Amino acid sequence: MISALKEIARRVVDRAKEKGASAADAFLREDETFGVTVRRGEVEKLKEAVSQNLRLRVFLGNRTATSQTSDLSPSRVDQLVDETVEMAHLTSADESGGLPDEDAYPAEVPDLRLSDPTWSSLSPDQRIDLARRAEAAAFQADSRITNSEGASFEFERSETVLANTVGFVGGYEATAGSLVSVPIAESNGSMQQDYWFSVTRYRDKLDSPEDIGRHAAQRALRRLGAQKVKTCEVPIVFDPLVARTLVKHVFDAVSGDAIYRKRSFLVGQTGEQVASESVTIVDDARLIGGLGSSPFDDEGVATRLTPVVENGILRSYLHSAYTGRKLGARPTGNGSRTGGGNISVGPTNFYLKPGQESPDAIIASVKSGLYVVELIGFGVNTVNGDYSRGVTGLWIEDGKLAYAVQEVTIAGNLREMLRNIEMVGNDIAFIGSVAAPTLKIRSMTLSGE
Amino acid sequence: MNLPGRSVFLESYGVTIQDIESYLSAALERGGDYADLFFELRINHSIGLEEQLIKTATKAVNLGVGIRVLSGEKTGYAYSENLDRESILKAARTAAFIASSSAGGSVGLSTPTDHGHNLYPITLMPAELEIREKIALLEQADAAARSYDARIRQVQASFVDETRHTLLASSEGRYVWDVQPMVRFSITCIAEENGNRQYGLQGGGGRRTLEIFREALDPRALAREAARQAVLLLGAQEAPAGPMEVVLGPGWPGILLHEAIGHGLEADFNRKRTSAFSGLVGQKVASELCTVVDDGTIPFRRGSLNVDDEGNPTNRTVLIENGVLKGYLQDRLSSKLMGVPATGNGRRQGYDHIPLPRMTNTFMMAGQSTREEVIRSVKRGLYATHFGGGQVDITSGKFVFTASEAYLIEDGKVTAPVKGASLIGDGPTVLKKVTMVANDLQLDQGIGICSKDGQMIPVGVGLPTIKIDQITVGGTRK
Repeated sequence: MISALKEIARRVVDRAKEKGASAADAFLREDETFGVTVRRGEVEKLKEAVSQNLRLRVFLGNRTATSQTSDLSPSRVDQLVDETVEMAHLTSADESGGLPDEDAYPAEVPDLRLSDPTWSSLSPDQRIDLARRAEAAAFQADSRITNSEGASFEFERSETVLANTVGFVGGYEATAGSLVSVPIAESNGSMQQDYWFSVTRYRDKLDSPEDIGRHAAQRALRRLGAQKVKTCEVPIVFDPLVARTLVKHVFDAVSGDAIYRKRSFLVGQTGEQVASESVTIVDDARLIGGLGSSPFDDEGVATRLTPVVENGILRSYLHSAYTGRKLGARPTGNGSRTGGGNISVGPTNFYLKPGQESPDAIIASVKSGLYVVELIGFGVNTVNGDYSRGVTGLWIEDGKLAYAVQEVTIAGNLREMLRNIEMVGNDIAFIGSVAAPTLKIRSMTLSGE
Repeated sequence: MNLPGRSVFLESYGVTIQDIESYLSAALERGGDYADLFFELRINHSIGLEEQLIKTATKAVNLGVGIRVLSGEKTGYAYSENLDRESILKAARTAAFIASSSAGGSVGLSTPTDHGHNLYPITLMPAELEIREKIALLEQADAAARSYDARIRQVQASFVDETRHTLLASSEGRYVWDVQPMVRFSITCIAEENGNRQYGLQGGGGRRTLEIFREALDPRALAREAARQAVLLLGAQEAPAGPMEVVLGPGWPGILLHEAIGHGLEADFNRKRTSAFSGLVGQKVASELCTVVDDGTIPFRRGSLNVDDEGNPTNRTVLIENGVLKGYLQDRLSSKLMGVPATGNGRRQGYDHIPLPRMTNTFMMAGQSTREEVIRSVKRGLYATHFGGGQVDITSGKFVFTASEAYLIEDGKVTAPVKGASLIGDGPTVLKKVTMVANDLQLDQGIGICSKDGQMIPVGVGLPTIKIDQITVGGTRK
């Protein structure tokens, strides 16, 4: 109940004021979650819960402290509020600290259609059945699908509320459901696992379990027989799932947190060409039904669309109220509440705009190269752009996918990778708050045999 | 046993033994094989310093109870953050949904089970530590890093402590609780020169209190170490690309074992035969020089526990002995289904998560060589002494881990530092290529976080200096 959460939030910020805080904001979330995994036709795990969480930030002038609790019993919440105010006496005065300025809040909270009430009419048995069908479709796709990590249906309904001491109170409800199938393909004694999924805020937009299962099976099957290749310099094509990770690295590098800490390879480069002309990236919190959409951010700032990279030119970093003040910019509505109650900068719907080329045309343009379907490891340094990750992919020979490749790495530097994006696909899929189409990079070092 | 007389849940949250018995009975109303309740209270504090300011001070409280019902291979799970009777009963009945017979029964708890361990006997819990002292430690570390070298431009440091109370009660009568302390200090330094920016990261901690930072782990020393690493990388050359001999230094590079074999030996994947290690018990998976253990019983270590999150005492489990695969890391569900004893590796991030087989402290036993002999034996290779993170594809067995401090070895001598690069290999075969193991086993300093199914838990790793005859290095220089 949004009104009940608003009541708690108001009470918490009032208490903080009484105890001497000059300002405070309270962020509350209630989540109703359901998850079921079916494996080899039987329910393996079923989990259901309703949980609540309060995150509080207080200011004493421009000193701050924060807290978080799952225990919402009034006496313990009061005690935590008091302790949080006490802690704020011990932190440093920071001239950029404080709540967002008064003109930053939305005049009215827009309805971005983030919630679909029809999910609730899906019974537990129907939810189990979706997972069962998504797994079965993978098994039925091919006899080489011999095992499975199962298929899962998950649903979440959340209510988010924010109240602060300058009078902003807002709340919104959101739903999301997802269905994933994780089959294992086997041949000649070696196994390959892959997955496919659908995730959406609206029940009628969930892909059919049969399509998900079949597609997941194809993805696992095409990895069979994977081999190493010789070390070489070749064109690299990222499928949309993998291209998202590249776009996420760009987000990490344009976040105001990284910029003022100088932990980014894009420090001091607004107005400069940082990517090829085919690259345009935006952060758009106001996409109707978007998985990263919200009417206001986690500190109450009105959200908006921010052009980040236009035709390869870096236009803007992304800011919370704090990083905006640090860097002399307006907050962009990207304030994101961390687990402990602090504000960091987070993506809303951060995506690389699709281009003209079909994925097939992109693959066809490569004489000899690698189509990447999975990246593993953490070898990405956004401080200076150095990049080295483990890869599973499909070798491209004369414009066609030829055979699977594994146990190799690709390496380079994000600066060059962005400038070397030669082709942008027309196949963007919004499967999270960061999204991208198929991308082709002119050349990277592939390390193998 | 050195535990307080009663668990905090009975002492301060009004939970009674009779309540617990009735919740377990409700959980078995539809005839599950087994049920357990996991009460958890996690209190942590963190303090953060950057730009020479104490910018953040945070307290977090996570309180709740998870209820699990097992029926064959099925798991039903629900949790409640409200510890009142009505909320917990509702959660118990939700967890029971997966079972489908009518055979209920009543449950009686035994007297508390003595888990026989007291691995972190400290009197003052981290939650009670003095915030001013933590701030002083951060400021000293910041000063130490900045005075190390003028090229150090940014220092970020944080101090996190946690006290975790757990209470596990099961339908088999098990009734056991624990109080688990944890402290962790970490520091990142950014060095800058002519537009070249590099970072160094260090940290440490364990199931201790602040005293560890006055003795074994001086934050100023860790700060200088992070600064040294950042400055070193300013002069590093491109890493090589291709297969080569690699020497791993002692301690944290044990992340190799965690990724290459540890995850693949978790029992759930092997029970379901989805791991590249499925069915390999009794077979040779490593050179005879390799003996690898997972040991949750080392006092004060980050990965240690008196009891796991299913109430089983932790163990020292031999995974590989002289190259031969001996067994898997078990939780309750997999051990029952596989018909083998539990190993005390059932762990969960919190009350809101289902327990899974997980590692504790995973390391390789020391060998006979000296570090100097190992390095001298390499004609052209890489010497990696510090790593960032790693990841594994369980089913294919392919893993990567990323060096954050590495050097070339040329003609038996350590020469130029090289930039970070990922190393990629195949879990079931990489240890067969271990041709030298030195006598300098070290455990890491206490910073490891392991992620599985979205659940993060603290772990430890360890390694003596070893030589791997061939592994692919993912640099850019051919």
